[in-house]
Amino acid sequence: MDSALATTDPADLHAGQEHGHVSLPQHRHHFETVEQQREAGSFGMWLFLLTEIMFFGGMFLAYLLYRNWYYPAFVVASNQLSVRIGTINTMVLITSGFCMAVGVWAAEMRRRSLLVAMLVTTTLLGVLFLSLKYGEYHEKYELHHIPGNNFNISMFTNPAGYGIKEAPLPPDMAQKTQVFFFLYFAMTGMHALHMIIGLGILCWLISRARRGDFSAGYVAPVENFALYWHFIDVVWLFLYPLLYLINRHPMH
Amino acid sequence: MTDQATHAHLDNPEHAQHRIVTPLQYFFVYIIMLALTGLTCAAAFVDLKWANAVVAVGIACTQATIGALFFMHAAFQSRLIKLTIGAGVFMFLVMVTMTMSDYMSRSWGMW
Repeated sequence: MDSALATTDPADLHAGQEHGHVSLPQHRHHFETVEQQREAGSFGMWLFLLTEIMFFGGMFLAYLLYRNWYYPAFVVASNQLSVRIGTINTMVLITSGFCMAVGVWAAEMRRRSLLVAMLVTTTLLGVLFLSLKYGEYHEKYELHHIPGNNFNISMFTNPAGYGIKEAPLPPDMAQKTQVFFFLYFAMTGMHALHMIIGLGILCWLISRARRGDFSAGYVAPVENFALYWHFIDVVWLFLYPLLYLINRHPMH
Repeated sequence: MTDQATHAHLDNPEHAQHRIVTPLQYFFVYIIMLALTGLTCAAAFVDLKWANAVVAVGIACTQATIGALFFMHAAFQSRLIKLTIGAGVFMFLVMVTMTMSDYMSRSWGMW
């Protein structure tokens, strides 16, 4: 234990020039070059994102199966979501992704104030997305469209009574709208959880960026976080058409 | 930094030359992403029969590819990372296909 500690002593890490190290403080001892360290970091981040693809992929697969089995229920339930809010949220996320990308550029160019500004903008857009999502969830709560004991199928068995131009579903198929809403909450909820975690990390990055940690040639944390943030955007780019736009043209 | 990068590049072919994407290039990507979002929304309101879903997923895949290549810099990474991303996505598709073939073969006639 003592020897292990001794080999990771900071003095050893950065003072030793035996491998031709550059003296950047972020350069770890076990990497030959800064570039190698950077690539190892990106590689690790991509491996993590691939596990995330598998994680979200399971839910997309469930969606694919149930959509085929209960298509009429999925269409009518999907049509109760707001295309306007969904589209605005998609654009908000793409804009936040753009700001994050410019943030990475600002870190590369060592422009501290631009980096902080871009990280703050990304955070604000993330909060805007979640606020709009909260509004949507709240509406579903009020309509009793959250799966469970309080779920109400009357809007789907008697759409005319609610002023909705849809063909009424038989009660057994109307019950299957719960499957759609279950997947809707599971998928958008997991997506939102990832965003909340991302916002937490963004706050930490902002405080470090303000100190100047990422404007002196050390870009990896900003760059790897950007990969995570863009990944969340990409997941939403699939959720948006699959949940909001199943069958928007007049069916009948 | 430049000397180090050049040195690393010559030493090890797996080290990609580091490339910095400019904000203008990001802006073009951003505009394309927004345009494709508008297109996917508009396409949903046109009756294309079964092709609606294909168009929607196709546009989403295009957006994901553009996002991965340029926002996520996959286009400028080493071959090791490119191959890893490709292998991961391919593995995902294999798992979807195998699971779907299982479900479909268990309920012949219900599709």
